Amino acid sequence: MRLQQRKTNSKSRRFLVNRMPDLTQLTISEALTGLRSRDFSSQELTAAYIQRIEELDPKIHAFITLTPELAFEKAGIADQMLAAEDRELPPLLGLPIAVKDVLCLANVRCTCGSKILENFIPPYTASSVSRLLDAGVVPLGKTNTDEFAMGSSTENSAYGPTRNPWNFEHVPGGSSGGSAAAVAGGMAPAALGTDTGGSVRQPCAFCGTTGIKPTYGRVSRYGLIAYGSSLDTAGVIARNAADTALLFQHMAGFDPLDATSVNTPVPTYQLPDSPDLHGLRIGVPDEYFLQGIQPEVESFVKAAVTQLESQGAVPVPISLPYTEYALPVYYIIAPAEASANLARYDGVRFGPRLGTEEGLQEMFKQTRGQLFGSEVKRRIMLGTYALSAGYYEAFYGKAQKVRTLIKEDFIRAFEDVDVIAAPVAPTTAFKFGQHSDDPLAMYLEDIFTLPANLAGIPGLAFPVGYDKNGLPIGMQLMAPPFKEDLLFRVGHAYQLATEWHNKKPSLPTMDNQLK
Amino acid sequence: MKTGYTADIGLEVHAELQTKSKMFCACPIVDLTQAEPNTAVCPVCAGMPGSLPVVNQQAVMAGLRVALSLECEVMGTSQFARKNYFYPDLPKGYQISQYEYPLAITGHLPVRTDEGWINVRIRRVHLEEDTAKLTHIQAPNGESHSLVDLNRAGIPLLEIVSEPDMHTINQVRAYTRSLRTLLQYLGVNSGDLEKGVIRFEANVSLRPVGCPDLGTRVEIKNLNSFRIMTGAIAYELERQSILLDAGGVVQQETLGWDEANQVTLSQRSKEEAHDYRYFPEPDLPPLVITPGMMSEARENLPERPDRRFRRYVTDFGLDAYQADLLTDEKAVADFFELTLTSMAQPDPTLGANWILGELFGWMNLSGQSIEEIPVSPRSLAGLLDHLQGNVINAATAKIVFNEMLQTGKEASEIIRDEHLQQVTDQDDLEKLVKRVLTDHPEQVSAFQNGKTGLYHWFFGRVMQESGGRADPIVIRKILDENLKV
Ligand SMILES: [Zn+2]
Repeated sequence: MRLQQRKTNSKSRRFLVNRMPDLTQLTISEALTGLRSRDFSSQELTAAYIQRIEELDPKIHAFITLTPELAFEKAGIADQMLAAEDRELPPLLGLPIAVKDVLCLANVRCTCGSKILENFIPPYTASSVSRLLDAGVVPLGKTNTDEFAMGSSTENSAYGPTRNPWNFEHVPGGSSGGSAAAVAGGMAPAALGTDTGGSVRQPCAFCGTTGIKPTYGRVSRYGLIAYGSSLDTAGVIARNAADTALLFQHMAGFDPLDATSVNTPVPTYQLPDSPDLHGLRIGVPDEYFLQGIQPEVESFVKAAVTQLESQGAVPVPISLPYTEYALPVYYIIAPAEASANLARYDGVRFGPRLGTEEGLQEMFKQTRGQLFGSEVKRRIMLGTYALSAGYYEAFYGKAQKVRTLIKEDFIRAFEDVDVIAAPVAPTTAFKFGQHSDDPLAMYLEDIFTLPANLAGIPGLAFPVGYDKNGLPIGMQLMAPPFKEDLLFRVGHAYQLATEWHNKKPSLPTMDNQLK
Repeated sequence: MKTGYTADIGLEVHAELQTKSKMFCACPIVDLTQAEPNTAVCPVCAGMPGSLPVVNQQAVMAGLRVALSLECEVMGTSQFARKNYFYPDLPKGYQISQYEYPLAITGHLPVRTDEGWINVRIRRVHLEEDTAKLTHIQAPNGESHSLVDLNRAGIPLLEIVSEPDMHTINQVRAYTRSLRTLLQYLGVNSGDLEKGVIRFEANVSLRPVGCPDLGTRVEIKNLNSFRIMTGAIAYELERQSILLDAGGVVQQETLGWDEANQVTLSQRSKEEAHDYRYFPEPDLPPLVITPGMMSEARENLPERPDRRFRRYVTDFGLDAYQADLLTDEKAVADFFELTLTSMAQPDPTLGANWILGELFGWMNLSGQSIEEIPVSPRSLAGLLDHLQGNVINAATAKIVFNEMLQTGKEASEIIRDEHLQQVTDQDDLEKLVKRVLTDHPEQVSAFQNGKTGLYHWFFGRVMQESGGRADPIVIRKILDENLKV
């Protein structure tokens, strides 16, 4: 392995980083192997990522907050432990990752992409993050997001949008656009995201990364700043299915602090060595191909199904008749829950406070009126309306009933198939501003991702091609509850047989400029 | 109030559950009148972003015990909801409370009033969390401030909603007293009203006597003591009857109590009623009551105070006054019954007299509670055994009991060490009586000349000579024989 050469020189970190092959290009398993065999240190790996972030992020803006001091502190501890050669080393020791800025990390500000939490420094760490910290990861920083995870492009972030590493004119998707762009741009080997209506999968599709939206209840929501509580999930974005599984393994599991987390054992994810998928039944739902989707999306997703078929899987045409109702149902339930979840932002206990000179009511009004963005206010109003006396039954009550029907669609489908394959989004990454004046058009971007959230089932998104403009096309596989292992197996088998996930955007880094 | 109306009064009782921790977090429950404000607070009860509630099982069990004691139908599955309203006492902007699916429904509580027993039906019993405590203060410069104490935020509350089955203030008093006693029996609430551990809301309406339909009702909120609650209801009954007499119409509205002016004040009318936008709390799965939880709650359920009262009257032959005093506090009733079962020959009247007389007297004087006194029911039974067995007489027993209460010694020990056994030997007492009579010839002749009141004087002399140990019955017998009355 080429990396072996670097052991000989240890004069300075900067020197080493420059001499070494780019550490930021390693997969997670390669990085962990390198760390264990002490080909390079966690501090060197961390430095490589920080250097790349310093070079690229001014252009991409994947991060809201960087935590280099914390990263080097953790990396230093990791290096000491690695040097001590303990047998029982934490499984991800020394691995840098990025964290979406809606997941709390103690003593690091958590903005949720909102001005209303601009100075909020939580004293606690989200359970999902703390499990990974226990497993040894090194946090590089907090990634950009649409405000309170409400959006599909990061254009709703109060801190400015993130650019798609494949084309800076295009959005990275959202709301976990910062995380997906960080991974696609090689600024982190993996990043945590959250998915309430597609916020992990859709940015993965737009940025050509692989990401898991877990079963609702599989990963603790404690410390995930709530948007739509019955839909929110925390997931992983990485460069391939194997890396995603590796991180997810240590993030999933029951948490007594989250009453909705489920006490079901997390299996050890075993990934196949061969691309063989004999016996696997893949459901292909009509409803995900009928609407006017971008022709290349349809053709590449169908080609991916054909690819899986060539590996032994059996495609089965299925129907999920309630799919078309997912959008209206989601846009009642999520805003309804958000309207309550966001009531606590009053400027009293945390966050900035405006209008203090003009009395309590005025303080509330100015703080909320000026520090929430327009999409957040729109959803608070939608949700408040849907829950109001006289409208509750017609909106929220009915939406819950239809949600049950959508869930039953999937239960029926999974009687006949093992996984369901579908496009992640109807289009590839759109241009900035394309949907800014039309919230409904923006909402339509989530049309294929919403059903999995409403049903609570897991979904894995990964790249299956590129459109004529070189923008990635994503496919998602959905599985029955708690069958993440199956998704990782199929995704990995596909990636053993294909190269889409290895394609990298050409970016203006120093290396590239030298070429 | 004029006599032409029947009042219908229903109560919502909010009782704090004295569990170890709060309803949805691990914060301890502290005495709000003692603890430094905002010291029992964590991210969950402060409503910090990303925090999540987890149901306190101890609170569920406490609620279950109350529901079963009220003979409610317990719901196999109940559900928490978010009650949305924006107010500084509510850190999350919503209160987690059971709404559509409460813990239990349709129970009842028999209540003894001065006019006999009434049955108050219970509509529902549900769990919720308390709000923060607001204190409004006026600064020296004239500015007013509201201080928020989150120590109270998240304390478990059990809301017990009655049907409008009370018709007089006395019935309201009797019901709340019975309910408070029941909660204390169950060990779920201290009943310490000064500390605000029980708070009330009342609904009040009037209808013409004989009219089957209830009148328009008003709700009176935030009644934080017995006195305020009864005052507000009495005021409201008076107000409504005057209004109706004058041909007016009662408005359906929510009222508050103005303590300074002793009047109810309109808070909001039906039209401007709060829309709480209730919806199921997505952070908490439905609350499932398993058969195991039901049997665990049933297992240690104490006998309800009203049942105990009836048993003391019917089975023990106690009068209502005694039965009431004994059953008012569970610890006293338990002490009483343990005393009885420890006696060789259980005598409820004797036991009741000693507890309500000597023991209560001591508790008043010493300020000790029944849990604190050094005499156990078994020890009191030992004393009463000696009394019943004529080992000591009643006067000596009181002296012995007093010493027991001071030293914690057993009755037998005191009697033995201080030679207090009653003298019952006929010959010994006969000698004693004869000596007293011989020593006082003038009194003997005065007695024989008709001054029969001197009989008690002779009795007292003999008792004195015996050191108080003589058996009074034997003395009387010998005195009678020797004085030949
Ligand atoms: Zn707390």
